[in-house]
Amino acid sequence: MSAGAGSDFLTKRFHDEQMSTVISTDVSEMRPVVQTKGFSLSQDAWRRLRRNRMAMVSLVTIIAIGVLAFLTPLLPLAPPDKHHTDLQYESPTLTPLFSKTFDLDWTSIETAPDRMAEVRQQFLATSNPDRRKMNREQENILLRPYREAGFPDVGLVSRWMIRMRYRLFGEWTLGPIGGRDEFGRDVFSRVFWGARISIVVGIVATLVSIFIGVTYGALAGYIGGWVDDIMMRFVDILYSIPFIFVVIFIITILSENTIKTRLGEWGIDRITIFYFVVGAIYWLTMSRVVRGQVISLRNEPFIESARAVGANQSRIIIQHILPNLLSVVIVYLTLTIPRVMLFEAFLSFLGLGVEPPDVSWGLMANEGIKVITPVKIYWWLIVFPSAALAITLYALNFLGDGLRDALDPKLAARKA
Amino acid sequence: MRWFIIRRLIGLVLTLWIVFTVSFLLMRAVPGGPYSGGRNLPREIEENLKHRYRLDLPLWEQYVIELKNVATGNLGLSMRLLDFDVNQVIAQGLPISAALGILALWFAITLGLSAGIVSALYRGSGADLVLMSLATVGIAVPSFVVAGLAIMLFVFVIPIFPAAGWGSVRQLILPAICLGSVYAAEIARISRTGMLDALSQDFVRTARAKGLSHVTVALKHALPTAMLPVVSYLGPMAAGILTGSVVVEEIFAIPGLGWHFVQAALARDYSLAMGLVLLYTFLLYTLNFLVDVSYGILDPRVEPK
Repeated sequence: MSAGAGSDFLTKRFHDEQMSTVISTDVSEMRPVVQTKGFSLSQDAWRRLRRNRMAMVSLVTIIAIGVLAFLTPLLPLAPPDKHHTDLQYESPTLTPLFSKTFDLDWTSIETAPDRMAEVRQQFLATSNPDRRKMNREQENILLRPYREAGFPDVGLVSRWMIRMRYRLFGEWTLGPIGGRDEFGRDVFSRVFWGARISIVVGIVATLVSIFIGVTYGALAGYIGGWVDDIMMRFVDILYSIPFIFVVIFIITILSENTIKTRLGEWGIDRITIFYFVVGAIYWLTMSRVVRGQVISLRNEPFIESARAVGANQSRIIIQHILPNLLSVVIVYLTLTIPRVMLFEAFLSFLGLGVEPPDVSWGLMANEGIKVITPVKIYWWLIVFPSAALAITLYALNFLGDGLRDALDPKLAARKA
Repeated sequence: MRWFIIRRLIGLVLTLWIVFTVSFLLMRAVPGGPYSGGRNLPREIEENLKHRYRLDLPLWEQYVIELKNVATGNLGLSMRLLDFDVNQVIAQGLPISAALGILALWFAITLGLSAGIVSALYRGSGADLVLMSLATVGIAVPSFVVAGLAIMLFVFVIPIFPAAGWGSVRQLILPAICLGSVYAAEIARISRTGMLDALSQDFVRTARAKGLSHVTVALKHALPTAMLPVVSYLGPMAAGILTGSVVVEEIFAIPGLGWHFVQAALARDYSLAMGLVLLYTFLLYTLNFLVDVSYGILDPRVEPK
């Protein structure tokens, strides 16, 4: 904004250069020059984004964090839930950098399928097999070796990665370079494992909210008239509700023991509830933006032409309106993810979010702040998760701003 | 203007009603009332108690009675705190939270505005760069992280503030700074942009051409225009400070509303939590309303809707 005038000039010059290079390569290839060939909006946006150095640094940072978080089980880190009470609050140390402490019960992993089949047969032999109990016992057999090694309950891909890690690195483990917490768990490794949950929560809850928001906003904008009026009045009312409190209230009620066990039987835990509750909140802004965009698109000449050549409603919506919504959706996606992650951290911090043995950055920061005493400061308990959270949020915010500038239709119109 | 106020009042009533209904239904959906935990009462006594507190009535009748109570300002009894009804808890907590919130607001506005003005006036200088980098960092860092770092730094490393508790002004300063820092950063960015916009306008050039000093031009002519986006940010900011106070009060053990709310949520004191949710809705709505009104006063071109 502030650098508007300068960057406009630069953009223009850059654009001219681009045009000329396109032309010159075309000439060198001895092809007819296609003068009218322009850039699509997304190519143009990508060019502009690439020139925004902070946004690119943020993009690279986010990709790096995402890849590292995904590959965490593969890295030779200490298991995040391995207790070492004798080493409580050990401060960060670089010596020894690696030690042979990782322990995975390989034989029990290998024999797990056989034993699971055995359990299955035992249960099916009885007259009225209790399938729920059978599944639980099978799960126990499958997960026990990983639990004993100090991992939280992990999915199929992560288990495969843990096995790969054992094959690759054997018993070698990175030492406690981030110190240890109250139970002697490795803080550095917990930051990595926490990233997985924080990021997944951010993405899933945001996708839920985007889905609701786009559908609602597009419907209101496309139908128009009094339906639009009522739908938007409803959004106005929802806007003035302090959702953080309502969410805390809802989550407390849903974590009442009886309800919790009942939900647990359907496989719904607090995180799942969180996805949906948060998704159900953050759609408000999205729906407003999408509605505005749809209304302005509806009156565009190209929609009219599509209608004139006989395109039906669904074709107009899918082929012409949705692609034009993509840019606002992407921008709001990147700006909503940090807000949701912050909210997750906020709830976990209050003890209402992620539950142990799972770990998230907010939970770690909470554990760090709880043990501040005048006698000794365990700074590593606060600094590492906080820094991870701050860097991620910082990068996402920057990328979101950069994307908004790059995709801003006003800027694009000015260049046309 | 009158229609604007009337519409907003209707909106307020609607919002409070929706929040009340949703939380009432959720509360009643929890199996087991306040009498089911702990000691086993004889069946007859339990039924008498339920009758006394009208828990034996059909749901919609309970709803009507409860709605009447809330509408007349009686938020009911706390389910966990001995000898307290919800109104008393609010009467104790509200002044404390208000003091903290106002101090944080004041801190955010003074610091944010001065940083924004300075960096707009000296655009491109080192000061501008430092202030704006600080502001971007400030926006990304959540308040509990700021609080954790601030406690380590100012309570233990350089002991100038007490760690926690409530009573003296000195105990309020650190929480208020932690609460306000994010918003100070946001205000700095907004007021910088607003100031730059204002400085490039014709009336500022005219003022300069008249030979007024730099300070007069900046503060008397440009600033009121530059303030407009800041004022429209006050609504979300007030909301943020209200919610942020939950975490900050928790960390610094300040017995305000936010602290009570978290305690109520963790102890499953539903009636207290619901009362506080209603209060927060009311506060937030009123604050937003005031911001809209003041926006109309500051910029007569804006027609309040």
